[in-house]
Amino acid sequence: MDIKDLEKAAKEGKLDRRDFIKRAAALGLAAPFATSLLSQSVHAATPKRGGKFIMGTGHGSTTDSLDPATHENGFMQNVVYTYANHLFEVDNEGGVIPELAESYEASTDAKTWVIKLRKGVEFHNGKEMTAEDVISSMNHHRGEDSKSAAKSLLVAVVEMKKTGTHEVTFKLNDGNADFPYILSDYHFAIMPDFKGAADWQAGFGTGGYIIDRFEPGVRATFKRNPNYFKSDRAHFDEIETIALVDTTSRQNAIMNREVHAINRVDPKTVHLLGRNPSLSILEVTGTLHYTFPMRVTMAPFDNYDLRMAVKLSVDREALVQKILLGHGALGNDHPISATQANHNSDMPQRAFDPDKAKYHLKKAGMEGATLDLSTSEAAFSGAVDAALLIKDSASKAGLNINVVREPKDGYWANVWNKKAWCACYWGGRPTVDWMFTSAYLADGNWTDTDWRTGPAADKFNKLALAARSELDSEKRRAMYYEAQEIVSDDGGALIPMFANNIHAVSKEIGHPEKLAGNWEFDGNKNAERWWFV
Amino acid sequence: MGLIRDNRRGGTVHPVIRTILQRLGLGLVTLFVVSLILFSSVEFLPGDFGEAVLGQAALPETVAAFRKELGLDLPLHERYFEWLGGILTGDMGNSFSGRGSSGGSDRSRPVIELLAPRLANTLFLASMAAIISVPLALFLGITAALYRNSIYDRTVNALTLTTISFPEFFVAYLLILGLSSFTKIFPSLANISPDALFWDRVYLTALPALTLTLVIVAHMMRMTRAAIINLMASPYIEMADLKGASKSEIILRHALPNAWAPIVTVIAFNLAYLVVGVVVVEVVFVYPGVGQLMVDAVTTRDVPVVQGCAMIFAATYILLNLFADIISIITNPRLLHPR
Repeated sequence: MDIKDLEKAAKEGKLDRRDFIKRAAALGLAAPFATSLLSQSVHAATPKRGGKFIMGTGHGSTTDSLDPATHENGFMQNVVYTYANHLFEVDNEGGVIPELAESYEASTDAKTWVIKLRKGVEFHNGKEMTAEDVISSMNHHRGEDSKSAAKSLLVAVVEMKKTGTHEVTFKLNDGNADFPYILSDYHFAIMPDFKGAADWQAGFGTGGYIIDRFEPGVRATFKRNPNYFKSDRAHFDEIETIALVDTTSRQNAIMNREVHAINRVDPKTVHLLGRNPSLSILEVTGTLHYTFPMRVTMAPFDNYDLRMAVKLSVDREALVQKILLGHGALGNDHPISATQANHNSDMPQRAFDPDKAKYHLKKAGMEGATLDLSTSEAAFSGAVDAALLIKDSASKAGLNINVVREPKDGYWANVWNKKAWCACYWGGRPTVDWMFTSAYLADGNWTDTDWRTGPAADKFNKLALAARSELDSEKRRAMYYEAQEIVSDDGGALIPMFANNIHAVSKEIGHPEKLAGNWEFDGNKNAERWWFV
Repeated sequence: MGLIRDNRRGGTVHPVIRTILQRLGLGLVTLFVVSLILFSSVEFLPGDFGEAVLGQAALPETVAAFRKELGLDLPLHERYFEWLGGILTGDMGNSFSGRGSSGGSDRSRPVIELLAPRLANTLFLASMAAIISVPLALFLGITAALYRNSIYDRTVNALTLTTISFPEFFVAYLLILGLSSFTKIFPSLANISPDALFWDRVYLTALPALTLTLVIVAHMMRMTRAAIINLMASPYIEMADLKGASKSEIILRHALPNAWAPIVTVIAFNLAYLVVGVVVVEVVFVYPGVGQLMVDAVTTRDVPVVQGCAMIFAATYILLNLFADIISIITNPRLLHPR
């Protein structure tokens, strides 16, 4: 019997855990390795149908609405990915694959996108999905008076035409090789068309689950869609998503087995939760990162050397260890996560270097200067402590930092984008271009560092825009690598760390070996991707 | 003796009604003042609804369009009278949130629609807690007075004082640990749904109701005990004692009727607390009550909902106090003739 046979026996339930480890040990495998092999094999087992899956999510508010244009929190993201589909989907590897689209073609300048739709897909009310539905669903986010949170993502779309009953052609004013990624955004759920407008009120989608009940801020329940077009997805019979905003309640719920999975496990207590033999802790390095934007148009941050001195005088290791309690990754002053495609892995990690920081400080003529750093728990949990840690390490480089504790209320309105240096967070975006467009390009609406002009910024903008329409992936990668170097070197953002998404999931639940990192809960598609073992 | 009392009662039917009407009028005036304070103080909250609901990433023009649509650009007094008029006709206006990003007010939900199911839940939990705690407190208070300074009295006092001294969330977590984690008797989540059956509701709300009971029982129990003990020194109790009445008879028939006033005041105070002050318990047990609604509304600057909740809270306080006043007056003839 070799290890393959053992795995097979374990999968088929002929062996229990103890036997498996015993026999694996006989074959010369160390116990920890054997157990990891076992859990992988079990999770890779064929999904089974049935059961009611209950998840507790750390989001949700009484103000939630089924209108996809208003979605802003993880609860609604999960709901919309459960009952509706999008033209494209981000897979577990971070790549983009067609979902309601069947195939697509882009012109060489990446400006014209012809998207062929899947045929025979039905909405929950029995209506067949056609090009009209796609156009109405997209128009829901476009137009002058649209208040959609995703409006800016479609600004580049100058024309959208039905070129067949199951074909839509998009024309963009600027080429964008990542356009399919944008169409996978949770806002752009495909809803049935009703008299030329998207009908979101009824809550009909094409998804694997039909909304049974939706109570904003409390719960959403779903029943399996028997006509789901994906035959290998949606294994549960029923889904219940519960808003458990309070961390302790959430963790109590999974400890008491009242839910099968939770997200946002508190890093402080994750080791206690991990001791529970019926739970597995799943960590995924996500795109969420904590930043400290310095506004480069405000003195003294208009000085390159001062910015460099600040970036060098931060002990990133200490921040990851003390603020994220080790559940995160080091940041390199650019917003691209190590798990994303086109992340620059060649760039050396910037480390805490008080001597070099002193050198830059001297060059800036700012020795002994005092800088104000505005912070609040509103920016992220632990932001005040993070600022104090920065103050502490910076003092070793001769930089005095005055930590200003701002009120939580109105932080985004009164501090962020107003004060010269403050604490902030970014949930991250699936692609490099998207992230740059959101917060780093000169014409960005939320470029919180105000880093818009200057030789380095100009070069960065040119590179990022050129990369956007470059369909040759090698050339594109080279451009993005350089762009990340420029942001890291000259940009105003201090980005010391990326946080992990930590979930606790019952061992009764099977899931793909690699969870998607674009959102929590396996890209928020756990309802259709997971199953009962 | 009996004759004099009858005479007095016969002559004061009017004063009772008059007093009640007076209190009712005063309550309305209070409510009006509360509404004024409420409306103006909400105005002074920092931040902005548009920015709060549209998030960190909202564009300024999107926020401006939102504000205009919600009528936030109108002067303060205009909005106040419109709102007050609405409340008098049972219409609390429409919630700011839930407005379609591309649509008008037709898609936002009326405050009353948001509030009603939550209020029903809160009242259900409050009644559950009251049904357990009030008789329990009265029983413990009376028996503690009956066996004053005995081991029983001391134990009851020590226990209830212990539970009231712990913060609510701590009591809640202890109950979860004991009755949910270890023994699995009750669920730790009390997120009831609107169509839950009555007994399911009772089962689901057991732990929050128990938590609230533990938190409020001490106050009522000690007031009952103190009020009765206070009366035990009165000459008429001594008279009853000399007459040969048993101890329990003395307390139940002679002392208790005269002790109702302070007890009822404390009970009313605690009942009001059950309705307006249980946010922490709601959060711990994920109970969809008014408290959570109000907290959500405050964080998103959903002003009509905040005002609606606050008005209901104020009305609850005023009504329950009125109720306590009336009971005190009816049960205690001396209050009818203030000198």
